Amino acid sequence: MNIPTDYVLALSGILFALGVLGVLIRRDAIVIFMCIELMLNSANVAFIAFARSFGPSGAGLQGHVFVFFVIAVAAAEVAVGLALIVTIFKTKRSIDVDEVSSLRG
Amino acid sequence: MFLTEGAQGLGLFAFAPLIILFPFLGLLINLTIGRKLGEKVVSFIAISAIILAFVIAVLQLLALLGQPIPLGATVPIAEWITVGDFSVSWSMQIDTLSVAMMLMVTSVSALIHIYASGYMHEDVRHQGDTSRFTRFFVYFNLFVAMMMILVTADNYLMMFVGWEGVGLCSYLLIGFWFEKGKDGIGNAIAGKKAFIVNRIGDFGILIAMFLIFWVVGSLRFEDVFNWAHAFGEENVLIISVITMFMLLGVAGKSAQLPLFVWLPDAMAGPTPVSALIHAATMVTAGVYLIVRSSPLYSVTEVTSNIVAIVGTATAFFAATIAVGQSDIKRVLAYSTISQLGFMVAAAGLGAYVAAMFHLITHAFFKALLFLSAGSVIQGIEQGHHDAEHEGAEIEEPFDPQDMRNMGGLRSRMKLTFWVYLIGALALSGFPPLAGFFSKDEILADARIENTGLFLVLLAAAFLTTFYMGRQVLMVFFGKPKTEPAAHAKENPPSMTIPLLILGLLSVIAGALNAPGLHTLTDWLDDTLEHVHVTEFSISVAGLAVIFSTVAVVLAWMIYGRKPMKKGEPDPLRKILGPIYTGMENNWWVDELYQFLFVGPYVKLSQFLADVVDWRFWHDWFHDTVLAKTYRSLSYWLAWTFDLRFIDGIANGLADVTKGAATRLSVLQTGYVRNYALAILAGGLLILSYFIFR
Amino acid sequence: MTTHLAIFFGIAVIAIATAVSVLASRNAVYSALFLVLNFVTIASLYLLLNAAFIAMVQITVYAGAIMVLFLFVIMLLGDEREEPSSRLKWQAPAAFLMSLALLILFVAALIQGNMGLQQALAGVSEGFGSPASVGRLLFSEYLIPFEVTSVLLLVAMVGAIVLTRPGREDA
Repeated sequence: MNIPTDYVLALSGILFALGVLGVLIRRDAIVIFMCIELMLNSANVAFIAFARSFGPSGAGLQGHVFVFFVIAVAAAEVAVGLALIVTIFKTKRSIDVDEVSSLRG
Repeated sequence: MFLTEGAQGLGLFAFAPLIILFPFLGLLINLTIGRKLGEKVVSFIAISAIILAFVIAVLQLLALLGQPIPLGATVPIAEWITVGDFSVSWSMQIDTLSVAMMLMVTSVSALIHIYASGYMHEDVRHQGDTSRFTRFFVYFNLFVAMMMILVTADNYLMMFVGWEGVGLCSYLLIGFWFEKGKDGIGNAIAGKKAFIVNRIGDFGILIAMFLIFWVVGSLRFEDVFNWAHAFGEENVLIISVITMFMLLGVAGKSAQLPLFVWLPDAMAGPTPVSALIHAATMVTAGVYLIVRSSPLYSVTEVTSNIVAIVGTATAFFAATIAVGQSDIKRVLAYSTISQLGFMVAAAGLGAYVAAMFHLITHAFFKALLFLSAGSVIQGIEQGHHDAEHEGAEIEEPFDPQDMRNMGGLRSRMKLTFWVYLIGALALSGFPPLAGFFSKDEILADARIENTGLFLVLLAAAFLTTFYMGRQVLMVFFGKPKTEPAAHAKENPPSMTIPLLILGLLSVIAGALNAPGLHTLTDWLDDTLEHVHVTEFSISVAGLAVIFSTVAVVLAWMIYGRKPMKKGEPDPLRKILGPIYTGMENNWWVDELYQFLFVGPYVKLSQFLADVVDWRFWHDWFHDTVLAKTYRSLSYWLAWTFDLRFIDGIANGLADVTKGAATRLSVLQTGYVRNYALAILAGGLLILSYFIFR
Repeated sequence: MTTHLAIFFGIAVIAIATAVSVLASRNAVYSALFLVLNFVTIASLYLLLNAAFIAMVQITVYAGAIMVLFLFVIMLLGDEREEPSSRLKWQAPAAFLMSLALLILFVAALIQGNMGLQQALAGVSEGFGSPASVGRLLFSEYLIPFEVTSVLLLVAMVGAIVLTRPGREDA
């Protein structure tokens, strides 16, 4: 299983860039959230790639542990974030982020 | 103070300062609470102050008599100026000369104060301001206080203080009714004239004092005269200069040529003022100065001669003017100038005792004459008042002092007539009245010293008798020329009693230096040097009496035989023609001075005031240069600088900030996605920095 | 080209394709489903990289729980189709450019980094990436973060409940 780490990191980078693009382009709050999850995920990929490359030496498994924590935190964050979106939806009746522009000027 | 420290050893002399203090107290009391006290109390206070002063003078006399040789004493009062080498203190020099002056001044002043209380009572009602009664006595007491300072000073500067003080009082009293007189300002102008002419004289004395200090180093009489004794012969020139300047002062104060012009105008003041100040006391201050400075004058032949010439010329000149006057007080005024000329001439001739003798006797009878003239005027005014009441026709404006409106008062004002006659005879020098002895002593001295002057003085004496006779005949003899004269009344005792006392003095005062007795000569010998006994010269005396008698007869022939009627011109006019016109117009001296000095000076000050001060300085410089420049500068500062520039900066800053804010606020779109884009952009920048570092 | 490399490339293509689909879908549900697919793909990548435990965690938590939550909320809030925005016209082009720039930067970092990761990787032990090995690390060295994370989850749960509670009208 000799995948050059660079390639995996390149994949991670592409995924991250796509996630960024998604956050900037989409107007639906939930889709933006999903793109954020995409970004988090790409970071996880980078971690795993590094863990594999450092492999047998001591630093190897730490990457896994880190990813574990990232996933846990992502889960908590999604819960709260979605609850917020729901709450906002109750007031504004729309999940278009362009609607929350009262701080303009 | 003086009663405790210096009292030891001074005995009665220690009371000397009271002679100045009492009149000051009197004037202070009257000044502060006089209004509330009422006329009687005010005059009582004033009169008592002077009588007390007279008592003090008598005490000084006794003190002097108590000394084996009456050398007198110096009574210190206070330190005045002490600057480096120059020190002047206020001390009183009580010697025979000053005591003689003190006695004369206080006695005559006391009598005139008594007279004035009655006179001013009428006068304030006549002029219409009864509240000024108190003011008169304040000034009067001030005058006596100042005169005492003058007479008792022991140095030239202190004497000058008194000199100026009496000048001030003269000004105040001449212009006492300042809103009256010719054109409503005549009295004030007369006072001003007196003061200014006196000032010219004061200038002379100041220069003399400066020179004395420069040469001697001190102004005390003692020091100056000691110096004159020791170094007089070597410094004749400087002493001559000093005494010439002093003569200028004497000419001003004692009304000699050429500064006599103020005295006739000074008659604008009330009669007691004329009597006291302009006959008996202030004007004699000049003679006193010369006599006091005799050690200086006796050194310089030149100045003494000039003094004598000035005196003699004045005596004659003034006598000629007196002949042509028709105002009763003016005759007496020019007579005073003439008699002062006699005194000054005597002093110039070295006959200091004769000068002092005549000074004292003249004080008595001239005061008497003035007071009687005042009595006459009062009587005429009273008669005017009564005549109006009766509805008689009177020509207005009526001058109660014009002799041509009088006549026949001998029967209506008997007492006044008799005392006036006594005064006139004394002045004319008839024996055995006082004037005879004193004037003859002068004439005798003159004949010995300088025959030319003697003849002129004799002529002046002749004229004296003539004009007095003319006056007596015009006023008292014949028929009353006008209604007021016909209604004239005698005056109350407050006015007539002093007249009587003065009349008495005029009679007996000759005894002061009667030939053979020479009381005054001996008396003054202890103070002055160069005192010589003037032997009584029967020839001179006889000559004088003959001349006087001729003058009386002449006067009677012109004025007595055919008394003038109202409206008739003076008979002398026909006799003397143009000379009479000159006499009547006091030889146009006033007009000459006006032309030479006063006119140009007034024009100069008008020019300075109007053109230089007002138009140039005020209008142009202040308004145009200063004010306009300042105004335009502040205008520029306010509008251009402050408003446009500074406000521009301030507003500009605000505008720039606002503009920047407006432009920057475009970034605040309110859209989250835009903000996210911005975050990304920033993140890219940072990343690229780290990557490409 | 070994088989592992070929498989890797295949996985990569699928992952990128699904990611693009997430972005491009008009429908939010489609985006969610594509994302699930993406996560599963990534999980298989993990397997390829000897991260067995994490792969399982990824599928269970990420694809199984988080995405389900997402789908619940999408269903709750209604199916909305987006129209292109009329207000922010420049947003999309700028976003494309910037993302491209980001990508370029990443590649530049990679090249510049030159960490020498292209050489053949060493072999790994048998138990590398197994639950036991990760768990051993979790409970020894990273015990405290582990415990704190559990508290974090509790907080998140409480927060979510509080936020979505119906407002008290009777105050």
